[in-house]
Amino acid sequence: MDTILQLLSELHEDIDFEECDSLVNDGILDSFDIVTLIGEIADEFDVQITADKITPENFNSAESIWSLVSELMDE
Amino acid sequence: MLYTSAEFIIFAAVLLAVYHTLPRVCKPYLLLLSSVIFFASYAWYNLPFLIFTVLVTYAGGIAVAKVYERGEGEISSGEFDRETKKEMRRRVKRRAKLVMALTVTADIAVLAVLKYYNFALHNANALLHFTKNESDLFITLALPLGISFYTFMCVGYVVDVFRKKYSAERNILKVALFAAYFPQLVQGPFSRYDETGAQLWSPSDVGADALSWAFLRIAWGYFKKLVLADRVAVAVNALAGDADAYRGAYALAAVVLYSIRIYADFTGGIDITIGLSEALGVKLRENFIRPYFSKSIAEYWRRWHISLGEWFREYLFYPLSIAGPVGKASKWVKKHVGAGAAKRFPVYVATVIVWFVTGIWHGAAWNFIAWGMANCVVILISQELSPLYEKFHAKTGIGEGGAWGAFMIVRTYFLMSMIRMFDVYADVGKTFSAVGSIFTTFNYGVFFDGSMLTLGLTGADYALLAVGCAVIFAVSVLGGKKSLRERTSGRYALRVSLSCLLAVATLVFGAYGIGYDASQFIYNQF
Repeated sequence: MDTILQLLSELHEDIDFEECDSLVNDGILDSFDIVTLIGEIADEFDVQITADKITPENFNSAESIWSLVSELMDE
Repeated sequence: MLYTSAEFIIFAAVLLAVYHTLPRVCKPYLLLLSSVIFFASYAWYNLPFLIFTVLVTYAGGIAVAKVYERGEGEISSGEFDRETKKEMRRRVKRRAKLVMALTVTADIAVLAVLKYYNFALHNANALLHFTKNESDLFITLALPLGISFYTFMCVGYVVDVFRKKYSAERNILKVALFAAYFPQLVQGPFSRYDETGAQLWSPSDVGADALSWAFLRIAWGYFKKLVLADRVAVAVNALAGDADAYRGAYALAAVVLYSIRIYADFTGGIDITIGLSEALGVKLRENFIRPYFSKSIAEYWRRWHISLGEWFREYLFYPLSIAGPVGKASKWVKKHVGAGAAKRFPVYVATVIVWFVTGIWHGAAWNFIAWGMANCVVILISQELSPLYEKFHAKTGIGEGGAWGAFMIVRTYFLMSMIRMFDVYADVGKTFSAVGSIFTTFNYGVFFDGSMLTLGLTGADYALLAVGCAVIFAVSVLGGKKSLRERTSGRYALRVSLSCLLAVATLVFGAYGIGYDASQFIYNQF
C-alpha cells in the first residue's frame, strides 16, 4: 500500500491520496496518469493490469488500486 | 427522413401515439420495426450491411461465450493443480481473444470498405499511378446511415463480452435493436449494451415528469438546430466557400460562427435524440457537459462528444498503451534513450494512434486526419507543459478560478475553434493559410463597416443569433450547479409553456425558405 501511495504522490504531489476516494470521478487521475501508474505498478509488483481492469472503481482510491494489485498478485 | 423534415415529425408522432397504447411486451418489436423503416428511408439498399453487422456481432458474442463455457467445463472436469489451471485459463482467454478479434475485424471491415475504400484508392493511385480513371473504381453507394456509430457500438459489445463485463446476448433481435435503435443512428451518442440493451427490450413507463422533460428537450434541440445552426450556416458556408478572399477578420468570424454552428447543430441533435428516446422510455447517456466552459483541451474532450471520447479511451487508448509490444518497445526506449522517454512512450504512441483514428473516424479525408493530429499535438504539448503550469500556480498563488480561469476558458475555446477549421475549409493548406491570416491580415474594420452583412445574413439575423447564444449561455450557467431537469421537476406547466414558446420561436424564426437549407446534422455525415 505504501508503494502505491508513493507512486501516486509522484504523479500529483498536492493530493491527499490516503483520503481521496474519487480520483477518477473527480478527474484527478486522467488517462495519462493511469497509463503511467500501470507501467510503474508493472515494474514494482511484476503484475500486468489488463484493459478490462481499468475502471473508475479500480482506480478511484489508493486502497482500490492496492486491492486490484493484491488480487492480481494472488492469481 | 431528416429530423427536420415533416415526414420525420409525422413518423415520430405516429410512433409515439401507437407505442404508448401497446402492451410493454410489444414495444421493442415496434421500436425495431421503426428503426428498420428509419434506416431504410435513407437508402433501403444498405439494409444488408446493417444485417451483416448485426449477424456477425451476435454470432461473435455467442462464440466468445462458448469458448469460455467450454474452457471452464474442461477446467472443472478434472483435478488440476493451480499452475495447470492458470495455464488452461490463459489458453482459453487466447482462444476467446482470437474469436473476438475476428468478429471485430469483420465489423470494422464493412466500415473500412464502405467509408475508406475510395480514399485509400485515391491516395494509392496518387502514389503509384496505376490507373487514369480512378473514379471508375470508386464505390458510389451512399454510406449506410449511422454506420460509424453502430459499428463502434457493436465492436464495444463484443469486446465487453470478451472482457466478461456482461454475458453474450442469446436473442438476436435484442442485438439488432441495440445496433439499429433509430434515434442513435443520426449522430449517436454511442451507448453500451449494459446501458441500453435491457432498457430497449423493457422500456420504462413514461410518466408526466419524463414526458414533459422529453418534449422540452426536443423543442430546445429543434430551436438550436433550426433557429441558430441552420441560420449561421449561411454565413459559414459563404466564408468557407471563398477562403482566399475572406481572410483576417473574416477568418476570425468564420472561427466564431462555426463554433456556434457546430455547437447548436450537434448539441441540438443530441437534445432531440435524448428527448425522443426518453419519450420512448429509453434513457440515453449525456454527450455534453457545457464543453465551451472547459479550461484545457483535455478537459474539453471530457465534456464534448463524451461518448466518443470514452469509447476511444476504453477500447483503444488503454488497450494500446498497455499492449505487450508497446511495453517491450518502452523497455527498449528506457535502455537506449532514458527513463523519462520510456515513461512517456506508451502514452505518446497510444495518443497519436487514437487521434489519428478519431480524425479518420470523422471522415475519409486528410483534413480530418490533420484535425485529429492537431488535437493530439496540443494535448501532448499541454501534457509536457503541465509541470510548468503547476510551478506557475504554486509560485504566483494564482488559482484556476477568477480572471485566470476565465482566460483559460477563452483560450481553450479559441484553440479548439481554430483547430475545428480543418473541418470547415476541408483543405489542410487553406486552413493553415486562413487561420494564419487572423494574425497577419489586419482588416478588422470589416466588423464595423457593414461587410459582415454581405455574407447572407441580415442585421436581424445577427441579432437573433446573439439572442440565441445569450439564451444558450444563460441555460448553461443555470444548469451548472443543479441540472435544469431538477430545477423544473414537477413544474409541468412551466415545462409545457417553455416547450410551446420554443416551438413557436422555431416556427417563426427558424431558418427556412430561399437561401436556407434545413440540412442534415453535421455529425450525421461522419
